[in-house]
Amino acid sequence: MTWWHARGRQRAVVVRYVLLLLVLAISVGPLLWQLSSSLKGTQEALFGSEATFLPQDPSIAAYRTVFEQVPMTQYIRNSLIMCALTIGSQIVFPTLAGYMLSRRHWRGRSGFYSLLIVSMMFPFESIMVSLYMQIREMGLDNTFVGVWLPGAIAAVNVLIMRATFAAVPDEIDDAAMLDGAGEWRRFVRLYLPAAKGSLVVVVINSFIAAWDDFLWPFIVLRSEGLYTLSLGLARLAASSLSFDPRVIMAGSIIAIVPIMVLFVAVQRYFFKGVESGAIK
Amino acid sequence: MTTTSSVEQVPGVAHRLARSEGTGRVRRPRSTAGAGMYRPWWMPVLWIAPTVIVIAAFGVFPFLNTIALSFTNATPLGGGGDWVGFANYERLLTDDNFWRATRNSIVYALVAVPLLVVLPLMMAQLVYKYLPGIGFFRTAFYAPVVASMVAVALVWQNLLNERGPINTALDRFGVVDSPVPFLSNPTLLLLSAIALTVWKGLGWYMIFYLAALANVPRELYEAAELDGAGTVRQFIHVTVPGVRLTMLLIAIMSGIGSLRVFTEIYVLGGATGGPGGQVQTLPFYIRDTALDPIAGNAGYGAAVSVALFLLTIGLAVMSHKFGAKEES
Repeated sequence: MTWWHARGRQRAVVVRYVLLLLVLAISVGPLLWQLSSSLKGTQEALFGSEATFLPQDPSIAAYRTVFEQVPMTQYIRNSLIMCALTIGSQIVFPTLAGYMLSRRHWRGRSGFYSLLIVSMMFPFESIMVSLYMQIREMGLDNTFVGVWLPGAIAAVNVLIMRATFAAVPDEIDDAAMLDGAGEWRRFVRLYLPAAKGSLVVVVINSFIAAWDDFLWPFIVLRSEGLYTLSLGLARLAASSLSFDPRVIMAGSIIAIVPIMVLFVAVQRYFFKGVESGAIK
Repeated sequence: MTTTSSVEQVPGVAHRLARSEGTGRVRRPRSTAGAGMYRPWWMPVLWIAPTVIVIAAFGVFPFLNTIALSFTNATPLGGGGDWVGFANYERLLTDDNFWRATRNSIVYALVAVPLLVVLPLMMAQLVYKYLPGIGFFRTAFYAPVVASMVAVALVWQNLLNERGPINTALDRFGVVDSPVPFLSNPTLLLLSAIALTVWKGLGWYMIFYLAALANVPRELYEAAELDGAGTVRQFIHVTVPGVRLTMLLIAIMSGIGSLRVFTEIYVLGGATGGPGGQVQTLPFYIRDTALDPIAGNAGYGAAVSVALFLLTIGLAVMSHKFGAKEES
């Protein structure tokens, strides 16, 4: 390799790092700015030309205030309940249905497959009027179950599990069968472990969806005692006149942090699952 | 799960033999590829029943019901429901608010889609090849995707306010004399919401491109390099054709996503949807007209919903046509 080549390559690497840092500033910068502003003392400027990026007089007063003046703990608890319900149903039912769809032949299988595909054609927003009326007629208006039920089983997760199970080699299945493992046993011991990566993707996506969801809970839930964190935050922001901006910033950071921690903890599986095609 | 015990008691081989005796009700698998035991016949039913019920009741039925509702004067609390023929659709034609919402939604898609097709591809290209620390960058670029929309919309509300960092920076560099009214001018508010949608979607679509880039043959790059093509020309002549199908997929996905926008407008523009409701999108308008407990008109909202659905389908078909034309 000549000197010229080496230099060209080094230059390319430097350019790439510069671009990476630029994109990093755009994607994470706003979140860091919010975090840093929420930690500023009450005497510090948040906005305007005298505002600094880092807090000069760090204080967690805003976090204390948001927990004291807003039922933050309740919002968080409600969000966690929604997440638990959603993750539970999104793991159990798509796995069972995905297995039946990929490993078994039965009459109506292709009909079931078509049902899944067709159901994905309708954007939620174009059917939410009917959904709300259905939920209300079932007496589930203003309940967690009413929020959870319509999105309890996502067709896309069934398709993800179907693709995952289809990738299990037939030989392994046959061997387990010859060893006398019954269907349920093979399902639990063989297929579920093989689907670990996809399950992580399903769990993360369900968690994010339930934690972030706004429009549907906003339609169904009216009692403030049932508000999830997203609803609580929107309400907090709508009454912003009476709150220090730091308090709203603290609230939004509280909504962002748990999901970030979870994501960073499992991102290794997540990217692996995604790249192996689980997302398609 | 009630099926557990009955299935587990029967050892594999015996089960297979039992099947060959034929019990009438038991249907054979068409192929043996991993089909496994086939008994009892109702087992698949139990395993899929919850999924079938939920998807049918909350995924497909609501659409048919929406069409039916659009011909009635139903109210969200269950009153009305009388057949009114095409009255709701006639009202749509002359409803300025509906057309404004439609226009906003279409503008949203027209601006957001090209950005979301191109920028994530460049990002994917940037993080695709290995460099020390690349995993950190990939994860960090994905961060806005997992952050909740209400929370990040509040962040952007602060960034874009009249004295926020963006206006401060523009002022300091002498780009503007007076603060840009990002959040109070309807046009700028719509563009700000689009910027938020795009910013939050970059990482999501980047992942699709990362998967697609892995399928572009390396030899093509080597050949292009031998022919003296630089980075930019390699990008245009090798990368872009290599990921064309993914681009089409992302155009459709981001287009549908743009037509579904509600939260961005609600948080940045307030409960009215911008000053005088001027920045309302179609979902916003549907919620406003149909689901208000007192004045709501579910029948009319259903007609707007049908319009939204047709727009979504139209957009998907258009992207597809466009993609097919590019192909030839």
